Amino acid sequence: MTIKTYREAIIEAMILEMKRDEKVFVIGEDISGGRGCEDFDGEAAGGPMGLTQGLWDEFGAKRVIDTPISETAIMGAAAGAALSGLRPIAELMFSDFFGVCFDQIYNQAAKFRFMYGDQGATPLVIRTMIGAGIGCGPQHSQSPYSIFANIPGLKVVTPSNPYDAKGLLISSIRDNDPVIFCEHKALLGIDGEVPDESYEVPLGKGKILKEGDDISIVAIGQMVGVVQNCIKSLEEKGISAEIIDPRSLSPFDDEMVYDSVEKTGRLLVLDESNPVCSFGSWITSMVSEEVFSSLKAPTKVLTPPHCPVPAAPNLEAAYLPDMDTIISASENLKNYS
Amino acid sequence: MQLSKDKLIDAYTRMKKIRVFEETMRDEFAKGTVPAFIHLYIGQEAIASGICVELNDDDTIASTHRGHGHCLAKNSNLERMTMEIFCRADGLCEGKGGSMHIADLSVGMLGANAIVGANAPIAVGAALRQRVMGENLVSAAFIGDGASNQGAVFEAMNLASVLKLPVLFVFENNGYAEFTGVDYHCGGGDIAGRAEGFGMPSYKLDGSDFFAVQEAAAEAVQRARKGDGPSAIECYAKRWYGHFEGDPQHYRTKKELESIRKNNDPLIIFRQKVEEAGLIESSELDLIDDDLLSQVTNAVEKAKNSPLPNIEELTTNVYEKGSY
Repeated sequence: MTIKTYREAIIEAMILEMKRDEKVFVIGEDISGGRGCEDFDGEAAGGPMGLTQGLWDEFGAKRVIDTPISETAIMGAAAGAALSGLRPIAELMFSDFFGVCFDQIYNQAAKFRFMYGDQGATPLVIRTMIGAGIGCGPQHSQSPYSIFANIPGLKVVTPSNPYDAKGLLISSIRDNDPVIFCEHKALLGIDGEVPDESYEVPLGKGKILKEGDDISIVAIGQMVGVVQNCIKSLEEKGISAEIIDPRSLSPFDDEMVYDSVEKTGRLLVLDESNPVCSFGSWITSMVSEEVFSSLKAPTKVLTPPHCPVPAAPNLEAAYLPDMDTIISASENLKNYS
Repeated sequence: MQLSKDKLIDAYTRMKKIRVFEETMRDEFAKGTVPAFIHLYIGQEAIASGICVELNDDDTIASTHRGHGHCLAKNSNLERMTMEIFCRADGLCEGKGGSMHIADLSVGMLGANAIVGANAPIAVGAALRQRVMGENLVSAAFIGDGASNQGAVFEAMNLASVLKLPVLFVFENNGYAEFTGVDYHCGGGDIAGRAEGFGMPSYKLDGSDFFAVQEAAAEAVQRARKGDGPSAIECYAKRWYGHFEGDPQHYRTKKELESIRKNNDPLIIFRQKVEEAGLIESSELDLIDDDLLSQVTNAVEKAKNSPLPNIEELTTNVYEKGSY
């Protein structure tokens, strides 16, 4: 067992899978980082966030394919390659860029299996960066996973820590459907224990990070770390929280959430997507339909406000749900009568 | 003309099969038996056939909403294809695709596509097999004059050119993007010239002349297989019917329609060339015509008498079985 960062865990997953299966390749912008330039001299940068560092040196240009800035071509080529038997990992540098290439994702890759009558699989992973918190502003900071999860045919995962990042990416690469793998940019540098060997974290299986009796808190992506920092304060206030990291949004481990709410009677969801039609609101709607009689208080979703992500540091800090908001919302649920 | 007699017969069969099939579909649509919109390929038969006679089964094509001709030219199973157009359970796509989304992966037909121009990057992706796996394969995208204005097509051409991928960008200039003429919608008016701008060799030719298409395709395929990258082939051939069946075609004159049917019929042009050169007897081709008519008629009857999908199939195959 070694301590590795979230970034290192992602790179390691790709290297292991590329060694295991020659059909796996990576395609995207700057993923080798200038290798195509005549005067290139040095180590391949591995993308602006270093998420493909070392791949070019290990596997070369045939399987680590730098592209022009052409997201439609990247996603379409990845979809076509998957349909014809390869296993592409396509990098969409920032998830905000889905707007220029979504047709290839939601009309093409997501529908191939259904509309072609199960003639073939579409084993495609789209690795993309989500999230606010590091000052990237309105067009590089969004978390559009609720939009992705809305599409039949797509699978969506949101790892919150290095261990899950590696195991979920390996499972995603081996999966036979298109998976949108959402990497949170504020988490790239966090570290944790990650085994050196290959392992899978199954898609659609959540994880209970802490058991509790008073309130079920479902946290997505970056919100997992924020709520973990609240545990002590909550306990001091006499609130025993059960914390669930769903890890996958589609498929979603609804049974784990139902079981927890049946025990606690209260549900708080922490979600970084926009509030209207957010993934969090879907979770609360399912809970209301399935385990209504267990509820002791109305369900609650905390999201950012319905506005784009701002650039100014003070505004961005105010944009994300913070510890105070989470603690206060938990108290309100606990004291509801 | 250096083609063997077998290849000529093969080419004629593909073209004629498309003609007979589409005429039959037209009749069926008028009778109200076809449960979806259809876009007929008549007038453009030489393009799909000229390209596909140069491809092998494991080469791939990515098609368009006007895809029946591409499907047939790539030797898709006629009966299962017909069933799919009638949205039947035993269709190629189990009735869930229909005419505009028909695919036959067993012969490298990667799908008709109802999103105009979206097939071009998909064809580029299939061509990546040459780079990643070293497979000696070619991939072709059929792209209408209307689709030629889509950003996806430009991006696909640039990526194929930069990565030197084995792709044929086959531009089917049939004169109209839905209801809008090419003279109105195409800036510069030179589709092949745009491809040249991306650094690939290009051809402009008469798309009702099988031999012109086939000759260009043979060169482009050879170049692609050698690893020398993509080519573009712009084929002019006006479609004989509307954008979709039922389109009243107010945007063009009867005179134009009469003229293309008289002067630009790919089948008449083919027959004249092979018969004048003494390569095939007219009677031999007539026999093919009769055989195709009975094949198509039987396929349509069989499709009409086969069941629609079970309601239980509504939500199947969204994901791999057991994975969701």
